[in-house]
Amino acid sequence: MSRDPQAALMALNRFGFGARGGASGDLVNAASDPRGFVRADLQRPAAVRLEMPTLQPTPALAEVAFAYQAEVKQAREAAKANAKAAAGVADGKPAPPAQPSNSKPASAGVSNKMASMDMPAKDNADAQVQANDAAKAPKPLNVIQKTFRAEALARLQRALQVDCGFGERLVTFWSNHFCISAAKGQLGRMWAGSFEREAIRPHVFGRFSEMLMAVEQHPAMLFFLDNQQSLGPDSRAGQNRKRGLNENLAREIMELHTLGVGSGYTQADVTSLARIITGWTFVGRQGKLGPPGTFVFNANAHEPGPQTLLGKTYADTGLAQGEAALADIARHPATAKFIATKFARHFVADDPPPALVARLQDVFRRTDGDLKALATTLVDSDEAWQAPLTKMRSPYEYLIATGRLLDHMPEEPGRYLGGLNMLGQPLWSPSGPNGFPDTNAAWAAPEGMKLRLDIAAEVASRIGDNVDPRDLLELVAADAASQETRQTIQRAESRQQALALLLMSPEFQRR
Amino acid sequence: MESNVDCCENRLVTSRRGFLLGGASFAAWAYLPKFARAADGRDPRLIVVILRGALDGLATVAPVGDPDYAALHGPIALTSDGPHAATMLDSFFALHPAMPEFARMYRGKQAAVIHAVATPYRDRSHFDGQDVLESGFAGPGRVQSGWLNRALESLPKGEHVSNGLAVGATTPLVLRGAAPTVGWAPANLPPAADDTAMRLLDLYQHRDPALASALRQGLQLEKTALGEDMKARPGGNNIAAMRLVARGAAKVMAADDGPRIAALAFDGWDTHANEGGPVGRLSQLLSGLDGALGEFQSGLGERWRDSVVVVATEFGRTARINGTEGTDHGTGTVALLAGGAVKGGRVIADWPGLKPANLYEGRDLAPTADLRAALKGILRDHLGLGEAVLAKNVFPASAAVKPMQGLVG
Repeated sequence: MSRDPQAALMALNRFGFGARGGASGDLVNAASDPRGFVRADLQRPAAVRLEMPTLQPTPALAEVAFAYQAEVKQAREAAKANAKAAAGVADGKPAPPAQPSNSKPASAGVSNKMASMDMPAKDNADAQVQANDAAKAPKPLNVIQKTFRAEALARLQRALQVDCGFGERLVTFWSNHFCISAAKGQLGRMWAGSFEREAIRPHVFGRFSEMLMAVEQHPAMLFFLDNQQSLGPDSRAGQNRKRGLNENLAREIMELHTLGVGSGYTQADVTSLARIITGWTFVGRQGKLGPPGTFVFNANAHEPGPQTLLGKTYADTGLAQGEAALADIARHPATAKFIATKFARHFVADDPPPALVARLQDVFRRTDGDLKALATTLVDSDEAWQAPLTKMRSPYEYLIATGRLLDHMPEEPGRYLGGLNMLGQPLWSPSGPNGFPDTNAAWAAPEGMKLRLDIAAEVASRIGDNVDPRDLLELVAADAASQETRQTIQRAESRQQALALLLMSPEFQRR
Repeated sequence: MESNVDCCENRLVTSRRGFLLGGASFAAWAYLPKFARAADGRDPRLIVVILRGALDGLATVAPVGDPDYAALHGPIALTSDGPHAATMLDSFFALHPAMPEFARMYRGKQAAVIHAVATPYRDRSHFDGQDVLESGFAGPGRVQSGWLNRALESLPKGEHVSNGLAVGATTPLVLRGAAPTVGWAPANLPPAADDTAMRLLDLYQHRDPALASALRQGLQLEKTALGEDMKARPGGNNIAAMRLVARGAAKVMAADDGPRIAALAFDGWDTHANEGGPVGRLSQLLSGLDGALGEFQSGLGERWRDSVVVVATEFGRTARINGTEGTDHGTGTVALLAGGAVKGGRVIADWPGLKPANLYEGRDLAPTADLRAALKGILRDHLGLGEAVLAKNVFPASAAVKPMQGLVG
C-alpha cells in the first residue's frame, strides 16, 4: 500500500499523535513522504496558536477568579454570622466562639445546630436530611472548574483533529518543560490553559529566549513559583514589611528551565538571580499597580543595586536587569546542551544518539535558540528516523492517539481527564516543577501497564462492536505491523478484545 | 455516557474498578410491548444471551452415545460415569456437569437443547461470525442493526420502561438499531480482562519483553490487591460478571414497568488451549452461564413462567481437539433454551454423526439446523411476529428457512 510503512509509523507516532481513523488517510500520506508529512507542521507556525471566543486572556480570567473568591468569602462570613445568631437564640446564651477558619461555609450552620442539644428533634432531622442531600448531589462546578474544563477541552480537541500533530507535540513538550501546576491554588487552575496559550504556543516556532521571557513574566508562573511573594530585602517593600527573597523561581529557572542542574552555577548565582527578578509580579485583586492579572514590575519590591550572576555584573536597570540576565542565560552554552538533550530524549530515545544531540545543540547555539530550526533539524536528522521505536507513549499521547484512531471528538473532557488522572498524568498538574517524567521507566511501569490495559478494555467494551479492529490495524500500521500483532488481533475472540489488544500492541504503545 | 462521565474525573482515581464493565453487558428495549398486561394475561419476556468467542457445543452437550466422540475429544471428553460424570439428558446426549441449574430446568421440562445448529456463516472468523449471528443477515458485513432490534420494530409499542435504566450502556449488535434501547451495568463489576491480559502477555513475550515483564508484574500486583478469594482462576472474573449481570437484568425485568425484551453478551468462550473437560477453563465458564440462568429464574420469580432465554454463539469448535488440549474455530454447535414458556426436556437434533466423512470439511460438527429457524420459531410463537416480517425484515432473505415448530407453548 505504501512506499515506506515503517517510516510512516515513525512520522505519525514518534513525531505526531498517531494516525486518525475514518478517511483521514494519515498512514498512506505519511508513507508516501514521511519527512514531508512531519515538516508540513513547520510550515504552518500560526496553526499552533489556540484562539477561541470561549477562551479568555489571563487578566479577564483573573477578574472572574477574584470576583468568585470575593463571593465565597462573603458567603462564608454571612454563614458565620447566621450561625452565631442561631446558636445565640437557641441557647439563650452568648454565641459560642466562631468555628475554626477551615470549616466549610455551607456546613458551619448545620454543625452548630447539631451540636446544640436542646434543638427540637424535627430541626435536627431536617439538618441531617440536608446534610445527606448535600453529600449525594453532585456539586455544581464553580467558575474555576468550568474554565479549566473549557481549556482542557480546547486542547484535547485540537490534538485530536490536527493532521500529523508534530506542532501539538511540540506544544506539550514545551508546556511540560516550562510547567506550572493546575493543582496549586485556584489561580493555578484558572490560568493553566491561558498560560500555555499565551506563553508557550506563540513561541513554539519562535526563539527560546522569547518563550523564556514570556514564561517567567506570566502571572501563572510567578504565582506557581512564588515570585509574587519575593521581596528585595533592601527594597522599600522589603524594609517596610520585614520580608525578603523567595528563591523558588530563580532556582527553577536555572535548574529546570535553562542551564540544567550540575551545569556549574552556584548558590550565589541562584541568590543573585532571585534578587534580580524581585519585583516581577502580577497585579492583584485591588488593581493598585494596573489591571488585575497582568504582569507588572513593582519597583518598590525590587532589590536595589548591581548583581553578579555567572561572572557577569548587571547594573540595576529595574525590569531591564532581569531581562538582560534571562537573555544571557538563554544564550548560555549549558542551556543549549540541556535543551538539546531533553528535546532528543523526548522524541527519539531515553539515551539519545550523541551525534543527534550534538547537532541540535549546535543549531540551538548558532541560531540563537531558534526553535523552528531546532525542530527542523530533528526532522531532518537521519538518527531520528533510524533509532528504533523504543519510547513509550505518555498517557496523554496514548489517550489522544486512541481518540484519533477511533475518530472520537469529545464534547466534554471528563473521560480524558479521568483517564489521565488514573494513569498518573493529570492534565497540567505535575507533582513538581520538573514536570512529568519522560522516560520508559516512568511510563512502562507495572501498575501503569495494567491500568493502560484496563482503559483499553473499557474503551473497547464501549465501542468495540462498532469498528473492525482488522481495518484499524491497517490505519495504524498496515505493513509495519508485526506478524505477531496481526495474528493476535485476528485471533481475538471478539471485536472488543481485538480492539483492546490493538490499543495495547507495541505498534500502538511505542513511539 | 458523556454526561455521566463528566463528574467522575476524581471518582476514577479512588474507584478504578467501578469504571470497568467487565466481559458482560445488558441492554433492553426501551418500551413495553403493547400486549403486556393485555386481557389474555400473556406477558411474555425474551432474553437473548450471546456467547462471544465460539462455544464448544460438543463439550457442553456431549454426544456420549456417538462412537466417535470420545476419541475426537480425547482427554477432555465428557463421560457418563466416573468422578465428574456428565448428566445424561437422554440415552445419547449428556450435559456438562458444571450446569446443574440447566439440568434441573431440563428435568422440569423448562429447558431444551438444539444441537448441530449454526448460523448461515461458514467461515471461521469471530468478528464476521458474530456479525452474522447478531445482525441476522445471511452473510458478514458491517451492518448497523441486529435482528432482535428489527423484530422490536414490528411489535406494537406501549409505555416506556422505567426502573432506573439509562441510555447508552453498551448495546450488543443483536439489539442495536432504530428501536430505542436502554442499558444498565452493575456498578462494581470486576474486570473481565484475564483472557485479554494473557493474550497481550503472549504478544509482548514475542515482541516486547520489557513490556511483558512490566505487565506481568502489574497483573500480579492487582491479584495481590484483590486478595485471596478473588484470586483469579482462568475465567474467574467472567463468571462473577455473568452472574452479576444476570441478577441485575432479572431484577429490572421482573418489575411490572421493567423491560420485557433484552439481550446480554458474555465474552470469553474462545478455548484454544487447555479447554478442560468436566473441570477446567470451559467448566468455569459454563458454571458462570449456568449461574446466570439460575439468576434469571430466581430473579424473574412468577414471570419465569412466561419467559424464554435463548443462548447462542457465533459458531462451534473443531470436533477433534488440537495440540494444546483445546479446540479451534469450527462450525456446528448448540443453542440452549430455558424458561417456563419453553417446551423443554428434549434435545432437538438431526444428528449428523462424527465419522470423518460426516464432519464439515473433515473437522467440524456438521450443522443440520439453521439457528435462524429456531429464532424465528421463538419470535413467532412467543412474541407473535408474522412469518413474512421474519423472512423479510428480521432475517433478511431467509424465506427458505422455515420457523421451527413447537419450541414454546
